[in-house]
Amino acid sequence: MKHIKTLNNANLKKTAVKGGCGECQASCQSACKTSCTVANQKCEK
Amino acid sequence: MIHKFNLNGYFIVLDVNSGGVHVVDELTYKLLDFVADPLPEECPREVLEALTPEYESEEILETYGEIYELYRDGILFSADDYAQFADRMVASPIKAMCLHVAHDCNLRCKYCFASTGDFGEGRRLLDFETGKKAIDFLIEKSKGRHNLELDFFGGEPLMNFDVVRQIVEYARSLEKEHNKLFRFTITTNGMLLDDAKIDYINKEMSNVVLSIDGRREVNDKMRPCINGKGSYDIILGKYKNLVEKRGYDQYYARGTFTKYNLDFADDVLHLYEEGFDQLSVEPVVSNPSEDYAITEADFPRIFSEYEKLAKEIIRLKKEGKAINFFHFMLDLDQGPCAIKRLRGCGCGNEYIAVTPDGDIYPCHQFVGMKEWKMGNLHDGSFNFKMKDYFSQTTVYNKSDCGDCWAKFYCSGGCNANNLQYAGDVLKSHKLSCELEKKRLECAIMIKAALAE
Ligand code: SF4
Ligand code: SF4
Ligand code: SF4
Repeated sequence: MKHIKTLNNANLKKTAVKGGCGECQASCQSACKTSCTVANQKCEK
Repeated sequence: MIHKFNLNGYFIVLDVNSGGVHVVDELTYKLLDFVADPLPEECPREVLEALTPEYESEEILETYGEIYELYRDGILFSADDYAQFADRMVASPIKAMCLHVAHDCNLRCKYCFASTGDFGEGRRLLDFETGKKAIDFLIEKSKGRHNLELDFFGGEPLMNFDVVRQIVEYARSLEKEHNKLFRFTITTNGMLLDDAKIDYINKEMSNVVLSIDGRREVNDKMRPCINGKGSYDIILGKYKNLVEKRGYDQYYARGTFTKYNLDFADDVLHLYEEGFDQLSVEPVVSNPSEDYAITEADFPRIFSEYEKLAKEIIRLKKEGKAINFFHFMLDLDQGPCAIKRLRGCGCGNEYIAVTPDGDIYPCHQFVGMKEWKMGNLHDGSFNFKMKDYFSQTTVYNKSDCGDCWAKFYCSGGCNANNLQYAGDVLKSHKLSCELEKKRLECAIMIKAALAE
């Protein structure tokens, strides 16, 4: 494409089907303890 | 839903539901103002008219064609079909615990949300018996989960380090039999660190959070010792020692910024220059009446500071340097699954806090709010109804989040902040939202810059 560059494979929808195993870190445990940003957590799958 | 923004010379379009991130040219950016779902295959005449003569019609048609292709592929204006998953959300096993081993502290930080360590409940330490019960509780309630997290928190947990060791040993002794893996973390102000504690922490703790606000004068203004003197000179060397021995891995140097250091990028960079490359410096959340409180009037300054920091991080990374700022961390491909993103922090549902008295709360920031006490380890009480309530706190049940472009990154914000400052767990704390959204834009822009 000439006008648009897509940076990722945009697969969020697929992750809904197989996700939710709950093995990953609870978000507040990692660093902040005062706020919530989930997108920076790692998936354990 | 899409969200577009122009930052540091990049035109960026986020497709909210697919998670697609597109860097576009100015024409595409403008064209998107004139289209909405559902897109017709042919470029509408109004679009052509609106953008000529500024652009050649041939170019406009070509650009529209590209936009349409992404739309057809489901990575632009993609539909929101997650509500079905949100409706099916049920209570989860409890797998993470914040264990308040000391409701006491040896610093007097001015912004402390724990009222100088005791959460308004009187100074006390957790005893080993209560710690054992906490571990037993976690093992029992985490059925179906292998990885368990336990954060030693306070107050200041190093004031009760012998009990910390006993609890670690006790938990480790049960791992095999119950097929669990404990991941311990500790959040400390550093005052009592010595070589023995450092070695123990580096051996047993999978993450360690080291509190320090940045430059000496900034840190010492808000983080004085009990005698009023600054803490910076006492803790800095200890932190360096810990991090070096640890191999610069799995730790955070973590600070808070307030109205007194709105130039907080300099504090982040100061910590970086002192040798820390895992950094987290975050806005104070407080009552707006505090003199150090951040208010909306500070936004322009804070936003430009986040931008400055983002640019500096891009520069350092392009030079091959390692630097990680917690709130700019973002993995566009391998991040958490959509299900995790619907519910965010998990407080009161898969995460709980336990106090020295054995009281159970939804999370550390709820501690001391009597009406939110969930139970007690000694009398065996536990409020499953409250747990169910928290299991339903998805972005689709929060009034402002459903329509918010940041919902799958922020996941509905902090329930405790929502309650304290917006009056309801399910209402968003607007001040935090604006800061969160700005950080996300910066984080995405960094990805765009580094993809060049
Ligand atoms: S480990 Fe991955 S799939 Fe499992 S809940 Fe966490 S993010 Fe989702
Ligand atoms: S808490 Fe605020 S920023 Fe986060 S999803 Fe809700 S409205 Fe958006
Ligand atoms: S409610 Fe806030 S402080 Fe508590 S676990 Fe969630 S994000 Fe963290």
